[in-house]
Amino acid sequence: MGALAVLITLLALPAFAADLPQWPKAKGEACIAANDVMRREHPDMLKHQRDDTLRLGIRGAKASLKACVECHAATSADGHAVPVDAPGQFCQSCHSYVAVKPDCFECHATTPKATVREASR
Amino acid sequence: MINRRHMILASGAMLVAAPATARQAGQPASAAQRWGLLIDTSKCGVECTVCVEACKAEMGLSGHDRPRTDAQYVRKVNVRDPATGAAHSVPVMCQHCAKPPCVDVCPTGASMKRADGIVLVDRHICIGCRYCMMACPYKARSFAHEDQSGQQPHLPRGKGTVEGCTLCVHRIDEGKPPACVEACAARARGAMLFGDLNDPKSEIAQKVAREATTRIRADLGLEPGVRYQGI
Ligand code: HEC
Ligand code: HEC
Ligand code: HEC
Repeated sequence: MGALAVLITLLALPAFAADLPQWPKAKGEACIAANDVMRREHPDMLKHQRDDTLRLGIRGAKASLKACVECHAATSADGHAVPVDAPGQFCQSCHSYVAVKPDCFECHATTPKATVREASR
Repeated sequence: MINRRHMILASGAMLVAAPATARQAGQPASAAQRWGLLIDTSKCGVECTVCVEACKAEMGLSGHDRPRTDAQYVRKVNVRDPATGAAHSVPVMCQHCAKPPCVDVCPTGASMKRADGIVLVDRHICIGCRYCMMACPYKARSFAHEDQSGQQPHLPRGKGTVEGCTLCVHRIDEGKPPACVEACAARARGAMLFGDLNDPKSEIAQKVAREATTRIRADLGLEPGVRYQGI
């Protein structure tokens, strides 16, 4: 029985590792905090920031959702920004792995602002 | 985080002679300011929809060809005095009341007034009950009935929540005037003046102190931040 359990664990481990989420590289040198902090704390950071920004009007603080998207949305081969919530993309790949489904992107833009629009202003 | 792009954007904004300077990153909005609009309807053409179109483009509002329910943050209301025949075409948006009834009736605290007088919907806690839409005498708010796509990064919007004019809070915070004001000055007759009503040196404060201005339904005592001339 014990041996069977070990065998199952051994068989399961490589499969587990192979299924780890993968995502395209982010833009920029580094994230707003260390990777391990980001992995653990980003939901709290974002929820704190959204109240600060929307209700108090504090802009330019570090955990902005707009900024996450600016750095973490990949660019496709033909130069288009890929939505961060598309399958295999940064936010989505990890969230589907850990089975959370934040509703942020029902409202929030999933790609950075198109450069053309920015320039025409 | 201020990156190089933001810096360039911000410095560009200064050059366009903004009525205000961008608030420092990390600073909250303050009650020292009271943002307002002064609209001179004698400069508003009946056919002119420059402000309406500019708003839709800025906010990424796409409709479903259903004028009664499509999101609209500013609309043109054409009125005529039957006694004199005098006609006016009045742009009406959220009037950013000092005593907003939409905030009074909201059961969750989503309808809110920022310290600098801008009335907003905190869509994170909006449950879509639409009491605020009923309470607003200016018919200024809309409801998103459908799933949305193609949102602007500065204006998230989605199904099941109420929305309305934010006075372009995202631009004001960068030191820029609202999109309608900028477009009216550039492509129409410059009927709209934006600024800080609390700052005695601002053009808008001096003008409202000097000239006769009105508020729509002033009798309700809501003390809107939007004032009109010519009606
Ligand atoms: C129903 C629509 C809606 C949903 C859903 C929503 N937001 Fe927002 N969010 C908004 C609006 C509107 C603003 C105000 C934008 C502004 O003024 O810049 C905002 C602003 C923010 C901001 C501050 C601006 C920025 O980009 O940093 C953060 C952070 C934020 N939201 C986080 C979240 C997170 C996290 C979620 C998901 C858990 C979420 N939001 C879901 C509508 C929504
Ligand atoms: C300036 C660009 C930038 C911004 C802004 C940014 N990130 Fe990052 N992020 C990065 C980079 C670069 C990495 C490192 C990736 C690596 O090590 O391979 C990273 C790593 C991460 C990781 C860890 C990934 C891993 O390897 O486990 C998470 C989670 C994350 N970011 C979430 C966010 C969230 C949420 C936001 C918005 C609050 C955000 N990031 C904002 C650039 C950015
Ligand atoms: C390294 C994996 C990973 C990445 C990458 C990642 N997340 Fe998460 N996220 C998680 C985990 C794990 C949770 C659940 C945390 C919990 O329940 O305590 C979570 C939860 C959240 C929540 C809260 C959801 C809720 O229902 O409370 C938000 C909001 C969120 N993530 C936003 C983002 C955004 C935006 C990005 C992309 C910029 C992102 N995350 C990228 C792992 C990740």
